[in-house]
Amino acid sequence: MGTTTIGTVVRRTAAPRRRRNYVRRYWMFTIPAAMVVAAVIVFPWLFTLFMSVHDWKVSGNVYFVGIANYVHLATDARFLWAVARTLYFTTAAVVLPVIIGIWAAVCFARKFRLRGPARTLFIMPMMATPVAIALVWTMMFHPQLGVLNYLLSCVGLPPSAWVYSASTVIPTLVMVETWQWTPLVMLIVLGGISSLPIDPYEAAVIDGATPWQMFRYITLPLVWPFIVVASVMRVIDALKAFDTIFVITNGGPGTSSETINMLLYQTAFGYYNLGYASAMVVVFFILIMGLSLIVLKTRQQELTL
Amino acid sequence: MIGRRSLLASTAAALAMPAIIRQAGAQSTFDWKRFKGQTITVSLTKNPRADNLQAHQREFEELTGIKVLSEQMPEQQQRPKMVMELASGNPSFDVTHYSLHVSKRVVGVGHWLEDLRPYLANPQLTFPDYDWADMSAGALRAATQPDGRVDSLPVETDIWLVYYNKQIFADRGLSFPQTFDEMLATARKINDPSKGIYGFVGRGVKNANVPVWTSLLLGQDQETVTPDGTKLLTDTPAAIWAGEMYKSLLRETAPAGVVGFNWNECQTSFMQGKIGMWMDGVGFTPPLLDPKVSKIVDHVGFGLMPAGPKAHFCPVFTDAVGIPMKSKAKEAAYLYCQWATSKQMALNMVNMGGGASPRVSTYNEPALMQHSPFGQEWLKTLLASVKIARPGLPEIVPVTEFRDVFGIALTNMIGGADPATELRKATETFAPVLQQSLKT
Repeated sequence: MGTTTIGTVVRRTAAPRRRRNYVRRYWMFTIPAAMVVAAVIVFPWLFTLFMSVHDWKVSGNVYFVGIANYVHLATDARFLWAVARTLYFTTAAVVLPVIIGIWAAVCFARKFRLRGPARTLFIMPMMATPVAIALVWTMMFHPQLGVLNYLLSCVGLPPSAWVYSASTVIPTLVMVETWQWTPLVMLIVLGGISSLPIDPYEAAVIDGATPWQMFRYITLPLVWPFIVVASVMRVIDALKAFDTIFVITNGGPGTSSETINMLLYQTAFGYYNLGYASAMVVVFFILIMGLSLIVLKTRQQELTL
Repeated sequence: MIGRRSLLASTAAALAMPAIIRQAGAQSTFDWKRFKGQTITVSLTKNPRADNLQAHQREFEELTGIKVLSEQMPEQQQRPKMVMELASGNPSFDVTHYSLHVSKRVVGVGHWLEDLRPYLANPQLTFPDYDWADMSAGALRAATQPDGRVDSLPVETDIWLVYYNKQIFADRGLSFPQTFDEMLATARKINDPSKGIYGFVGRGVKNANVPVWTSLLLGQDQETVTPDGTKLLTDTPAAIWAGEMYKSLLRETAPAGVVGFNWNECQTSFMQGKIGMWMDGVGFTPPLLDPKVSKIVDHVGFGLMPAGPKAHFCPVFTDAVGIPMKSKAKEAAYLYCQWATSKQMALNMVNMGGGASPRVSTYNEPALMQHSPFGQEWLKTLLASVKIARPGLPEIVPVTEFRDVFGIALTNMIGGADPATELRKATETFAPVLQQSLKT
């Protein structure tokens, strides 16, 4: 008892002192990492905020304008349309890959012949370079010379304008995005399914559950955390999508596929209006953070239920 | 019969030729080798002119002993890269190749490039046969800033013409149109979508499509801004007429999806033999005559830009080279610029179909006149175009924003929008941008 007491006393007094000593003695070892973070994250952010409150044009003078750039954004029809298009594109480019990815994961979780080669084939789009595949898709989309319209004609369907029409450009870009990033969702969800216990399924079979009921009431709730992770990644990726849109349409026809990313690139590096582009970046950052937090909050609520 | 002595003499003469040429150069007191051993970096815009410069780069290196590191980049990336690097005050290049019709004023306002007038006036730096006065009036005007600085040397003046498919014209008994109204009527006669044949193709994608509209507008003897660059002339009756002509040509007689076509899609469609006429730059000629990629090698016609209701002009766009003020090898870079814009390099460029020469003397070269690489019709069209050349885009700082705003209006027209409404809306949108740019 006495030993225990002594031991307890020793632990109570010595352990906190060691922790304090770690902090006091070795804090300087965090300096290199802190400097890197400050240089590549904190400083650019502060400088972006600084530029966003200035009328800052390349080759021109710099004037402080307060929140004028933000006020202009609120009334800039081209920017507001870009926000709407970004949300439209993001919603479609998240929902479709997630649904198809879950379905593919369930399929690939079952054992069948040539499952390995089939999985490899399925994930190949994800490994391709986005700019390279964008160039290939661009050629395939050509309304007169592209292979896609040729294939449509082979099955008796009329040709489509694909990315060459304002009404079909975003669905077509979503199709490319879905083709490329569904494998990522599939891999994440497949990892989740592989880690599930088999007991609930055995019990469900004894109770006479159908495959759909087993998926709906066992698989889906158990892999939900993985689906949320995949969804967060897809939301962030879809919001940031730039390379494929830039190469395939450059925001066109007109402005029909001009997302926030495209507009702010054009504003900064086409119009050389760095102040206004910085304000767009700030708003865009808030948008990404907001949407990501909403998705994560959903996950937390699910976990607490 | 060739004797031993004559053979030895001719061999000796051949071996001595480079030395004789150097002596001749030395007699003209110009020393090409004075910057021997230096290295310069050249940033090139990817186009046939850059191909020409790189193809002959070794000749420059052997002539001067200067090592050249050159790189081509697509214009959409090279333009902002150039401006941002110049603005940073620490450019990675000693020579930049750029489009005056896009970047002239932003570069001029920034005072980033060296004023080359003192160089041109210095016989120690400018070789005797360079002949600055040989540059055409249009090229000289393009290379000169409003305050008189000459901060670039013209490499090429890209004139626009109308490529046409002779086979399609012959099958329908049509002749090449002389006016824009005739061009529209001809395109309508050719157009037969059920057979996959279209009367006309031109750039529909925003930004790139603006020169098509301004080409039509020149036929009204009007440009898009006043000569002093302070007021827009983009919603006048003449501008609306050009907008309606653009809409009719591209909406009624062009292939589906033309709203997303840049020059490369137009070129591809034309080369497949499905298009009657294509209006664009002369620099796109070589692939049309290359049997590996073109199906109409024997049927390509080259037509002069048709006349408008009030005037007959051909739009022109100028490429140039300049030297950053912050370059550490300005003199060596200047030698490169001289060589790149010399009479011989201009002739080489025309011979490869890379564009029109900014030099008057090129068109008096017997070699070019007798052995035009793309035929006499091409040469005749080129010569006629040069005589009626006029800038195709306004010389203003926010020219990219101008092209975007009016480019969007033009794409809307292809979609069916009213030209007058679209041009008024675009003018209202862009007017404050132009006024703001005049304050800087």
